Amino acid sequence: MTAAAIRVDLQLIADMVDPATRALDVGCGDGSLLAYLVNFKRVDARGMELSQTGVNACVASGLSVIQGDADADLRDYPDDAFDYVILSQTLQATREPREVLRQMLRVGKRAIVSFPNFAHWQVRLRLVFGGRMPETPSLPYKWYDTPNIHLCSIDDFRGLCRDMGVRIERAIVLDRNSKPISLPPLLANLLGEQAVFMLQRD
Amino acid sequence: MEAAIDEPLADAERKALARCRHAVLGVERPLRLDCGVELGPYRVAYQTYGTLNADKSNAVLICHALTLDQFVAEEHPVTGKEGWWESLVGPGKVLDPARYFIICINVLGGCMGTTGPLAQDASGQPWNLRFPVVTVADMVRTQAALLDHLGIPDLFCVIGGSMGGMQVLEWAASYPARVFTAVPIACAARHSAQNIAFHEVGRQAIMADPEWKGGDYRLHNTVPARGLSVARMTAHITYLSEQALQRKFGRALQDRDALGFGFDADFQVESYLRYQGSTFVDRFDANSYLYITRAMDYFDLAAAHDGVLANAFKGTPTRFCLFSFTSDWLFPTRESREIVHALNAAAANVSFVEVESDKGHDAFLLDEPEMFRTLAGFLKGAAAVRGLKGVP
Repeated sequence: MTAAAIRVDLQLIADMVDPATRALDVGCGDGSLLAYLVNFKRVDARGMELSQTGVNACVASGLSVIQGDADADLRDYPDDAFDYVILSQTLQATREPREVLRQMLRVGKRAIVSFPNFAHWQVRLRLVFGGRMPETPSLPYKWYDTPNIHLCSIDDFRGLCRDMGVRIERAIVLDRNSKPISLPPLLANLLGEQAVFMLQRD
Repeated sequence: MEAAIDEPLADAERKALARCRHAVLGVERPLRLDCGVELGPYRVAYQTYGTLNADKSNAVLICHALTLDQFVAEEHPVTGKEGWWESLVGPGKVLDPARYFIICINVLGGCMGTTGPLAQDASGQPWNLRFPVVTVADMVRTQAALLDHLGIPDLFCVIGGSMGGMQVLEWAASYPARVFTAVPIACAARHSAQNIAFHEVGRQAIMADPEWKGGDYRLHNTVPARGLSVARMTAHITYLSEQALQRKFGRALQDRDALGFGFDADFQVESYLRYQGSTFVDRFDANSYLYITRAMDYFDLAAAHDGVLANAFKGTPTRFCLFSFTSDWLFPTRESREIVHALNAAAANVSFVEVESDKGHDAFLLDEPEMFRTLAGFLKGAAAVRGLKGVP
């Protein structure tokens, strides 16, 4: 089998997952990360997706997926059910991000979270000088139809992890082309468009 | 030599047994039923399609619903109608006999060849209402006993809708190591109060029929046709949806231009129901209907596991795929979702598909491309994990 091309940020997440482990992808969308984990890393991977159409498409391609959402359905799972619980580009759309993170780290030994950085310089410029709610490639919505209700910056997220006593095992900051960039924290919060964190209970 | 049961058969039973296989089980060791009675020997009538492969890894068990039977994919020996799941089972279909060894077993208490109230007790008297009350778990025990008899260690898939889905859940809970994938469709982990209520109406209709004679109608050469037919009419409404009835019939009149100002079947929907009721009587036994509806009423998988449904699936190795239909009000989506929650709590491998359909509970028997497409994908993924060849 040839390596399937998946989105760069999903590839980064996939690279963080050890082979032959158990993973739950919350908000798995079309299942491309799941399929990659199953096919190329022999991961026992399960998915949860909000849209039933998305679920049906995933199941039709042989993936184990149920309809559900991060806020309501993580609490069903027992402690330590998975090695990894993954939440990509969804945290900012949850009702209670802190509780979601707590559940992820209860159900999974590790949590992998990716989110758009609301302190990216483009966002700052648009708000400060444009005087309008920012619209960027990773935040493509109008203020009135955005699903993103809990946006945060990279530094905000680090702060939450600190408050929750969660250990940050890895943090990768991505530029506009989803390429990882290596920068000191202050600059990362300005120049990073997205971030991927791997977390562990302390 | 094969064991045999020598007894007079009802007409439909004889026709069924002539067209399918059967085994006599429980000869040396009777089956202990949930009600405490020991039953044996008993006969199990079943049908198979396809061939068991060399490593016995391609067996699929189809569990049938309340009034269906083992004639899944062929002309029915009594009604002459096509098999009830030919949309799913057959050459080129999702369950293709070229790939799978497909088994369907008439349930315990049934009337198509498997032992039920039509059979005779040890003294040669017809059981009728003295037949022990059986449960879904008892049905599954007889199925497992048949697989032992056939030398089939485990099943690639157990699949079924409605009461068939209840059997699938029972299989997964009772014999997890023998079930590689479980596909419960349009079902619930316990029969709801509303569903018990509908069944009770059906049973009361049968028992109110003077021809029923306390269940001994065969001794009196009568048939409680009116009662059984009313039971079927009531049940049939629950299998459809308001939208489907409206779409099919609306208020259209039957063979007339104006209301008849009487109690004939003025409306097409009445005529349709009467037809459903009367044809049902030709193929189904009234006492059998009492027993099988009772088995469904008694089904409560959580109750059998300290009241916690997740306990039924603790540590399960089975891969689950559940299906529900948006317009099914007999087994609504939330019932399937409860099973999914329990499976999640057991960290089981589970998929759940809700299919958009206005056809009500019956949708699981009909041509539902979304169900077929997702089921095919699920089975393909599972076949890859099991190393089962030839699943496209």
